[in-house]
Amino acid sequence: MDRMKRDLVVIGGGPAGISAAIAAKKAGCPDVLLIERDKMLGGILNQCIHDGFGLHRFGETLTGPEYAQRHIDEFKRLSIEAMLSTIVLSMGPDRKLAVSSKKGFTEITAGAIILAMGCRERTAGAISLPGTRPAGIYTAGAAQNMINLQNIMVGERAVILGSGDIGMIMARRMTLEGAKVEAVFELLPYPSGLQRNIQQCLNDFDIPLNLSTTVTEVHGKNRLTGVTVAQVDAHYQPIESTKRHIPCDTLLLSIGLIPENELTRQAGVSMAPATSGALVDDTLMTAIEGIFSCGNVLHVHDLVDYVSEEAEQAGTNAARYLREGLPKVEKTVLIKPVDGVRYAMPQKVSGTSDFTISLRVTNPGKNQYLSVRANGRKIARRKKIRLHPAEMERIKVKAEKLDGAKTLEVGLE
Amino acid sequence: MKTRKLICIVCPNGCELTAEIITGETLAVGEVTGSLCDKGPVWAKQEIVSPMRTIASSILVKGGDYPLVSVRTDSAIPREMIQTVMAVIKDKSISAPVEIGDVLIPNPAGTSCNIIATRHVNVAGIRDQGSGIRN
Repeated sequence: MDRMKRDLVVIGGGPAGISAAIAAKKAGCPDVLLIERDKMLGGILNQCIHDGFGLHRFGETLTGPEYAQRHIDEFKRLSIEAMLSTIVLSMGPDRKLAVSSKKGFTEITAGAIILAMGCRERTAGAISLPGTRPAGIYTAGAAQNMINLQNIMVGERAVILGSGDIGMIMARRMTLEGAKVEAVFELLPYPSGLQRNIQQCLNDFDIPLNLSTTVTEVHGKNRLTGVTVAQVDAHYQPIESTKRHIPCDTLLLSIGLIPENELTRQAGVSMAPATSGALVDDTLMTAIEGIFSCGNVLHVHDLVDYVSEEAEQAGTNAARYLREGLPKVEKTVLIKPVDGVRYAMPQKVSGTSDFTISLRVTNPGKNQYLSVRANGRKIARRKKIRLHPAEMERIKVKAEKLDGAKTLEVGLE
Repeated sequence: MKTRKLICIVCPNGCELTAEIITGETLAVGEVTGSLCDKGPVWAKQEIVSPMRTIASSILVKGGDYPLVSVRTDSAIPREMIQTVMAVIKDKSISAPVEIGDVLIPNPAGTSCNIIATRHVNVAGIRDQGSGIRN
């Protein structure tokens, strides 16, 4: 068995991992190793061939592969080492990693680790989808991978359950490839993807979006033959009289994303139930010293631009940790979501420097203020014309305004 | 005054725009409100007169390390031309290698856009050289 010691190991070669590695190297960390289980860098961006990425970061709209390539080019320019087709089997609190690649098994002891494993899709099992189990049921991302990377068309007549962005993007993609997309059904009374995707992916192609509606039964023995859908009441129970049958050979599920935190839990990192990611401070360090987290494994983002930005922070902070060790923190300020805010990240800050809180609201709303309160005083406030659970919000807080507070409350008013 | 509501697709903000429609001999658009930036009104005026869209798809690659190269239009095309341009893209196949940014189909179906590659596809079996990336 090979054994090696490395300064910084980044787990995951998607947009978060690449940007974290680049930032760490630029911040002076000489020894950065990135581990990626796929045979190429770029992660999910490789199959996201639609455009709309990079508007914040580059001021232009790029496709996923182009957005990835810009970062991969910089990664290569900086001569950062990547192990591809390599998987991390286990991680310990002592920052020991068991790694498996074609060459065999390697044990790596890292000075610091950045978790950038991204997220995976919720599947039919997660929602106890009723009915038979025929072929033709895919998560939207799996269908996207087959169509866009493997040249395999998944079906001819599709129904999409869930109005997440990937589902809507796939409604358009399947239509462009000649399939008939019957409709998108969403259990909630509001769509869970971006407004622009409702317009450009559904309305443009006359694909109906049915809210407060779900699939109540799957039909078919070998191949899917159809689904039964029904509207739901205020308690999300199907209304019998609204049931109808829709013939289809394909059902795509776009019903949410789960941060892929198996390694994180295994190492004993404290988790935040609201994000399903690690609890972190404003340096994005988890409760275990030297282990950092960023991107969709920390909390699910809707824009990759913010994933890259967050990952750069993690990279810079990991490099600083390796150089200077833990900062002398005299106090910890807890950040608590209240009044209409579902989660706020980071969950704690040192209060010694300015920081940005990322958050999601619980319900859609209009003309409200995001506010941060310390000891009952407003210390940051931002007006929002529109708020939506599908859209991550961010608010900046100045350290000088904390004024000894032990807890900050992030809420709506 | 007639108005029309639109969701702006220029960026992820997805502003809800309200445009004044001036009905005369030709369709004209007056004031556009509800936009967080100055791109919204420009887009709304175009959208009402003649909607334009970009599209992304993929083209078959022979002899490449991947079976497909992802592609996009390098400028917007009239929305009603989407399926016509898609038919041209579907008919096309090319040989590896392909470089990101390569023009693979100039002016498909008489439009003023080009179809460009959005990723590299190497010839099958050739390793990525000099990158420090190892398998």
